[in-house]
Amino acid sequence: MVELRNITKDMMTVVEGSYAVAHATKVCKPNVISAYPITPQTHIVEELSQFIADGEIENCDYINVESEFSALSTLVGSSATGARTYSSTTSQGLALMHEVLFNASGMRLPIVVTVVNRALSAPINIWNDQQDSVSERDSGWIQLYAEDVQEAADMVAQAYKVGEDPDVMLPVMVCMDGFLLSHVYEPVVLLEEDLIDDYLLPFDPKYKLDPKDPKTFGAFAPPASYTEFRYAQEQAMSAALDKIEKAADDFYDVFGRYYGGLIDEYKTDDADIIIMAKGSIIGTIRDVIDNLRENGVKVGLLKVRALRPFPKDAIKEVVKDSSVVITLDKNISPGVNEGALCTETKACMYNSDINVPVIGYMIGLGGRDIPEDTIENIVDEAKEVINSGISTESQFTDLREDLI
Amino acid sequence: MKESLFCSGHSGCPGCCDAMISKFVLRGIGENCIVSTPTGCLEVMTTPYPDSSWNVPWIHSLFENAGAVASGIESAWKAMNKDDDTKFVVIAGDGGTVDIGMRSISGAFERGHDITYICMDNEAYMNTGVQRSGATPYDASTTTSPAGKESFGNELPKKNMPEIMAAHGSPYVATASLAYPKDLMKKAKKAADIEGPTYIHAHAPCTTGWGFDTSKTVEVGKLAVQTALWPMYEMENGEITQVRKVKNPKPVEEYLKLQRRFKHLFTKEGGDEEIKKIQETANFNIKHFGLQ
Ligand SMILES: Cc1ncc(C[n+]2csc(CCOP(=O)(O)OP(=O)(O)O)c2C)c(N)n1
Ligand code: SF4
Ligand SMILES: [Mg+2]
Repeated sequence: MVELRNITKDMMTVVEGSYAVAHATKVCKPNVISAYPITPQTHIVEELSQFIADGEIENCDYINVESEFSALSTLVGSSATGARTYSSTTSQGLALMHEVLFNASGMRLPIVVTVVNRALSAPINIWNDQQDSVSERDSGWIQLYAEDVQEAADMVAQAYKVGEDPDVMLPVMVCMDGFLLSHVYEPVVLLEEDLIDDYLLPFDPKYKLDPKDPKTFGAFAPPASYTEFRYAQEQAMSAALDKIEKAADDFYDVFGRYYGGLIDEYKTDDADIIIMAKGSIIGTIRDVIDNLRENGVKVGLLKVRALRPFPKDAIKEVVKDSSVVITLDKNISPGVNEGALCTETKACMYNSDINVPVIGYMIGLGGRDIPEDTIENIVDEAKEVINSGISTESQFTDLREDLI
Repeated sequence: MKESLFCSGHSGCPGCCDAMISKFVLRGIGENCIVSTPTGCLEVMTTPYPDSSWNVPWIHSLFENAGAVASGIESAWKAMNKDDDTKFVVIAGDGGTVDIGMRSISGAFERGHDITYICMDNEAYMNTGVQRSGATPYDASTTTSPAGKESFGNELPKKNMPEIMAAHGSPYVATASLAYPKDLMKKAKKAADIEGPTYIHAHAPCTTGWGFDTSKTVEVGKLAVQTALWPMYEMENGEITQVRKVKNPKPVEEYLKLQRRFKHLFTKEGGDEEIKKIQETANFNIKHFGLQ
């Protein structure tokens, strides 16, 4: 359950989502920030550049790079030097980083990048879906998804906490929906500067580039050792499962705000129908659930905060006694006709004694609006599945027949 | 100072140009540096896990991003107030510099990071088996620009990388050669000591890729300079300030005939005409740089 402790109105400020994230980043005291413009991410790095211009971030260099490829490459160098590092990007920018993503995670550099989720070209489209980050789920980065602005901002601190943990040492993407969260003005508690030191230790990696103790980074691994590097990465991901929970709990202890750990639940205890999703759509789903509950429909929410590492056990625990699971995905793997949550939720239940049907919906692609009605209709279809089994396993939502 | 900052025991070819340049550059700059190297022969031969030839901190990230990685190191170092005299050095191949790394080196120089970039120009993509790069000279036969019935090999001249880096406003750009180690060491140190982004383009005769005997690396390098095909100069703030004179330039044949990559010029009909064109390049250099 989302919990907010001791929060009074006078602690809140109405700001744009991007500002809240930039502010949280500032409070986390990065040493190097790299920046490259792309909508709808740009406001974050603009706000950060203003903080720098006003002398509000000490011991920090802000680099206006010439591409996203270099945005992440500079941070590889900085992080290996022992710096806390930050950038934000989206869509085409994240895709351009693709090669560097694998490199950063393979070198175990806990860089934090906010991904302001946006659709991928072609056709070019600047609006929100989550194809960009979901396409990078094999890149070895931890991926966290925020439901609202407050969570997206606070998640930056959680991301450093998890990524820099000596048992983890992995880069983290903090994903927030483009425009829907980045450009919305909401009352938020700006991450508290006076509390951060109780939560986040300074970054002090065991190995770094330093002439006093020369080390070789990014060596060439032949077949005799490559597999073990990959294994170690997977071990770090496994370790991150507990660390993500703990980072959320500790955050609650220090700041009094909690949004779930690997997952969050809403009205799932007695639910026959469980809706799974991640990102800003969660808010809409909560409203739909409240409406349907008034009419006696036993429906609950499983909010996925971590897509990587994928919280298989936590998911299974929530869905095991339900009758049907609905997955809502703002992404698709063409040729599978499924989004990531659909495929991966099914996969994690296979080989277990849980036998709950899963139906998947590709929804909200390229920024298409998601009305509550649409989700209610999906719930109606789920009821049919309980009564008479699956007819369509996964499908597009709200297709415009006039364009097909 | 440590005994050797660049250790032997690596898997480079005997007489390897990349190894020689790295050794001399580190001798010139000293141990207080952090080196970035993009993918290429040097990276592969010096760091097969768990071994390393590097007695200085060293990082390899990718093929096309050494300029950015070095930028990030330098920025981090300075942001964290470690402003001692540490030097930030890139040692990179020609492909990783003049072709695929162009965007990142251009960004790093435009931003003015305090880095020293050494390009080891062996005039092709050696690590992947001698393919043509933008630094491959006219008429060189490579595995992707082979000489054949209708071709004399690479049809294009070398990209003028030193000029491009000088145009970025670099305070110090120089050419060098592994065949003149003292000069190379001196230039490397000078480049590292000058504040701002500095660039050295070092000629790197590659025994395997060019096809000459492993004992002749230095001889081939010297001939490139003595024929005026590899002019040695320094540019400070865009102006040429030093030139290594070549009193009696040798004909280019002397350089070309030692190398398998130019063999077709001596066997194929029309080869003399081609050699004349290459001589014209040397003549141009003599005049342009005032070599005599
Ligand atoms: C993005 C990318 N493209 C291609 C390669 C393959 N590749 C690795 S090293 C190399 C050649 C390196 O050539 P150069 O930079 O001239 O260095 P050399 O090996 O000649 O010293 C190539 C093409 C790669 N590693 N990454
Ligand atoms: S191919 Fe050339 S550059 Fe590569 S290791 Fe051999 S001599 Fe050195
Ligand atoms: Mg080369």
